[in-house]
Amino acid sequence: MLKDTIGKRSEKVKNTIERGAVKKFAEAIGDLSPVFYDEEVAGTLKYKRNLAPSTFPVTLDFGVVPELPLPSKGLIHGEQSFHYKRPLFVGEEIYCFTEVKDYYEKTGNFGEMGFLVISKIGVDADDELIFTEERVIIINEAVRKGMLV
Amino acid sequence: MSIFAELKVGESLPEIQLSPVTRLDLIKYAGASGDFNPIHTIDEEAKNAGLPAIIAHGMWTMGSLAKLFTPYVADGFIQDYSIRFKGMVFIDDILTLKASLTEKDSKELTFTVAAVNQHEKDVVNGRVVFSKYVSE
Repeated sequence: MLKDTIGKRSEKVKNTIERGAVKKFAEAIGDLSPVFYDEEVAGTLKYKRNLAPSTFPVTLDFGVVPELPLPSKGLIHGEQSFHYKRPLFVGEEIYCFTEVKDYYEKTGNFGEMGFLVISKIGVDADDELIFTEERVIIINEAVRKGMLV
Repeated sequence: MSIFAELKVGESLPEIQLSPVTRLDLIKYAGASGDFNPIHTIDEEAKNAGLPAIIAHGMWTMGSLAKLFTPYVADGFIQDYSIRFKGMVFIDDILTLKASLTEKDSKELTFTVAAVNQHEKDVVNGRVVFSKYVSE
């Protein structure tokens, strides 16, 4: 049951914030500013480093939570948030993991809907928090029944 | 300009109107983000999922909306960015990106943000806290 997955987390995965990946991502969201990829422009910025766009963590590997059998289809992404302690920099190596934060059900117009809250966390080599990402995934009754293996 | 010095509560950042959404936009986002859910790129898969047509990735819209703040990276960074997905975005939709300042103190600017389609409907909306860099 999904409620039993609350608190479960993945192993930490090392990720490198690659300049090429950041540039490609910035281009794909129509925000190809040199602050994201140009080293000369980085010299003019506060931290003397290029930044990653705020939604770039969606590209990273956060590992897999064991025993969380999410289907690849039929999920609705309801809400999404990012919280940063500081900007994420191009070139840095960070450690990412994911955790099931909450699961609850509500009955609405479309039957009984499940709400799964997933946290994704990025820390530096000293285990200092860089960012937290949170998403609320809505799972309808039909999809949930299909998941009960 | 310094966004902290000049922007007043109630004022907005300059709006950006995006070009009509194309299939190529979504293919590029799929590649750059790694989200290859086919409801965003393949008509038949979208129809099989009960959708009228392919829809944009919600995270494409959220990512695009953040560009309103890119001109101000010399002053600070996006500390909090939260969004609710309110409506689907289809090919040829024309989105306008908006941010207006609702609260201000010496360290943080709080904005309400939205991407609005050509029918004046919010497809995503939410909040951004733009934070000044801490002096070292």
